[in-house]
Amino acid sequence: MTNSGWIIMILSVGAVSALLTWCVYKVLTIPQESEHIHGFEQETPDTK
Amino acid sequence: MANPKKESWNSRLGVILAVAGSAVGLGNFLRFPGQAAEYGGGAFMLAYFLSFLLIGLPICWAEWTMGRHGGQGGFNSSPGIFNYITRKPAFKYIGVIGVLVPVIIYMYYVYIEAWCLGYAVNFIVGDMHFANVSESSDFWGGFIGIGENGSALGFGLKQVGVYLILVFILNFVLIYRGLSKGIELFCKFAMPTLAIIAIIILVRVLTLGTPDLEQPHRTVSNGLGFMWNPTKNIVETQDPAGEWVTEYEIVDQDKLAVAKDAAALSETMRVRHVTVPEQLLNPQLWLAAAGQIFFSLSVGFGVIITYSSYLTKQDDIVLSGLAAASANEFFEVGLGGLITLPAAVTFLGVAGVAGMGTFGLGFNVLPMVFANMAFGGLFGFLFFFLLFLAAVTSSLSMLQPGIAFLEEALKINRKQSVVLLSLITAVGCGFVVYFSEGVKALDTMDFWIGTFLIFVLSTVQIIIFGWVMGVDKGFELAHQGASVRIPKVFKFVMKYVSPVFLLLIFAMWTASNVFGLDFQTGDAAYSDYVKDLFIEPNTVAWLTITLIGGVTALFAFITFLNPDYKKLTPKD
Repeated sequence: MTNSGWIIMILSVGAVSALLTWCVYKVLTIPQESEHIHGFEQETPDTK
Repeated sequence: MANPKKESWNSRLGVILAVAGSAVGLGNFLRFPGQAAEYGGGAFMLAYFLSFLLIGLPICWAEWTMGRHGGQGGFNSSPGIFNYITRKPAFKYIGVIGVLVPVIIYMYYVYIEAWCLGYAVNFIVGDMHFANVSESSDFWGGFIGIGENGSALGFGLKQVGVYLILVFILNFVLIYRGLSKGIELFCKFAMPTLAIIAIIILVRVLTLGTPDLEQPHRTVSNGLGFMWNPTKNIVETQDPAGEWVTEYEIVDQDKLAVAKDAAALSETMRVRHVTVPEQLLNPQLWLAAAGQIFFSLSVGFGVIITYSSYLTKQDDIVLSGLAAASANEFFEVGLGGLITLPAAVTFLGVAGVAGMGTFGLGFNVLPMVFANMAFGGLFGFLFFFLLFLAAVTSSLSMLQPGIAFLEEALKINRKQSVVLLSLITAVGCGFVVYFSEGVKALDTMDFWIGTFLIFVLSTVQIIIFGWVMGVDKGFELAHQGASVRIPKVFKFVMKYVSPVFLLLIFAMWTASNVFGLDFQTGDAAYSDYVKDLFIEPNTVAWLTITLIGGVTALFAFITFLNPDYKKLTPKD
C-alpha cells in the first residue's frame, strides 16, 4: 500500500470511529437518556 | 386519528441498535469494499463521505422526524404517516411504497440470510474444502439451485431449504414478540456480538502476512492497497483498431516496476496512472458512492419511519439518528473496509478479486479463502455467522413496517398480522426460491424494488420534509426532545441540496441502469432488466413483476379501505 493509501485509510477509519465514539459517549452520558423511554410492561396489540 | 399507540421501545440504546442493525447488513462487508476498490479508495471515499453528508444523514433525520411526528398522530406505517403529515389523500398511496419495499425485499433477503446460515453450519461441521474459486462457485451454485428452477428446494445439509425454514421461523418468532421483547432485545445482543466477531476476524486477517511464499505479492498490505490507494495503475494494451483496452490493475510495487519496464519496450502496452481528479470526473464513481451510502443507511426502505413512529415527543431523534448512522459507518468503513478485500487478495491476488460482485466476493471468493486459511473452519464459521446476524437484524426491520401497516389498516392484533404477513411473504419467498435458475426472480425484485423504488421513496420523503411539511417546521419537530442540535446549514442542505443531489443521482442511475448509458464512452444499450420485460420477454421476470403488482394492489386496496386515512382534517 502506498503512503497516500495509508493516509486515506487512517483518515477514513479514524473519522467513522471518532464519530461513533462521540455518539456513544453522548448517548451514555446525557442524563435521563438511557433505559428510560418506556417499559416492557407496555400493552401490546396481542392483548386486544 | 388511528388507534392510540400500543407499542414502544424499551430504551434509547435499544432503538439506536435496532436502527443500526437494520442498516448493517451484507452490503457493509461485501458490497462496500468492492465498490471502493473498483473506483479507487481515496477518490471513492471523498464522494462517499460527501454523499453521507448531503443525502445520507439528511434523509435519515427527515425519516426519523416524519416517523415520530406521524407516531404522535397514532400512525406507524408510511401510508398513515404520509397521510397524516401532508393531509393529501394521494400521499397515502405513495406511502404504500414504504410498506411494499421492505416486504418485497424480505422475500429475497431471507433467502440470502439462509445462505449465510448454511455456509456457517457447513464451515463448522468441516464440509467446506475448496482448492480454487471454481470449486466454491460450484458449491454455491448447487446450494442455491442456480442451475435449474426448483433445485434449491432440497433439505440436505448442503441445500438451502432447511436453513430457509429456520430463518423464516426465527424472524417471525422475533417479530411476534414485538418491538421491545423481539427486535430490540435481539439487536441488543446481536449488535455487540457482531462487533466482537468482526474484530476477531479483523485481527486474523491483518495477521495473515504472506501465506504463499511462492506468491510474494499476495500480501495483506497489497490487499489494503487495492482497497485504499487513492490512485490506480492500470495495464492497458492496444487492440488492432488502435484503442487502448484495460487489462488489469497493479498494486504491488515490484510488479509495477516490472510492468513499466515491459511497457517501455512495447508499443502495444502501457501502464496508465489514474489520478484522483481523473477518477472524480467519472460520473459512475459518484453514482456508486451515493448509491452505497443510500442503500447502506437503509434510507428509503420505509423502516426508519416506522421504527421512529414508536417514539414520543420527549425522545431524542437527532442524536439517535446520528448514532445509528455512525454505527453503520463504523461497521462499513472501519470493519468491512479492512476485512474482506485484504483477506481475498492475500489468497487470490488482485487479479483474482477485481471485478467480483457482491455475491461473487461473498459466496465464491471468501469461502475458498477461509477454506485455505489456518483454522479456516472456525474463521469461516465466524464470518458467515457474522453475516447471518447482520442479515437477521436487517430482515427483522423489513417485517415491522408490514406488521404495523396491517395492524393499523385492518385493525387486527399482532398475532393476526404476523400470520397474514407470514403468508404473504411465504408465497413470495417460495416464488424466489423456486425460480432460482440464474437467481432471476431475486435479481428482478432487487432491481425494481430494492433499488428503483428505494430511490423513488427517498426522493418523495425528502421532498415531503423540505417542501410539503416545510423545512422550518421539520427542524422544529426534529429538535423536540433533542440532545444535540442539527447544524443550521442542514436547513439549506435538506431543502435544496439533498433533493437536487438525489434527483441527479436518480437520473444518472436510470440512464446507466435502465437505458444502459456508459458515461465514459457514451454508448447506450437497454439493461437486461428492461430487455427481460419488453425486448426479449422473460417468463420469470414477468411473473416476478406480476407478483409485485399483486402485493401492491393488495396493499393499495387495504389503504383505500381504512377509514382512518380518510377522516383526517387539517386540525387532526
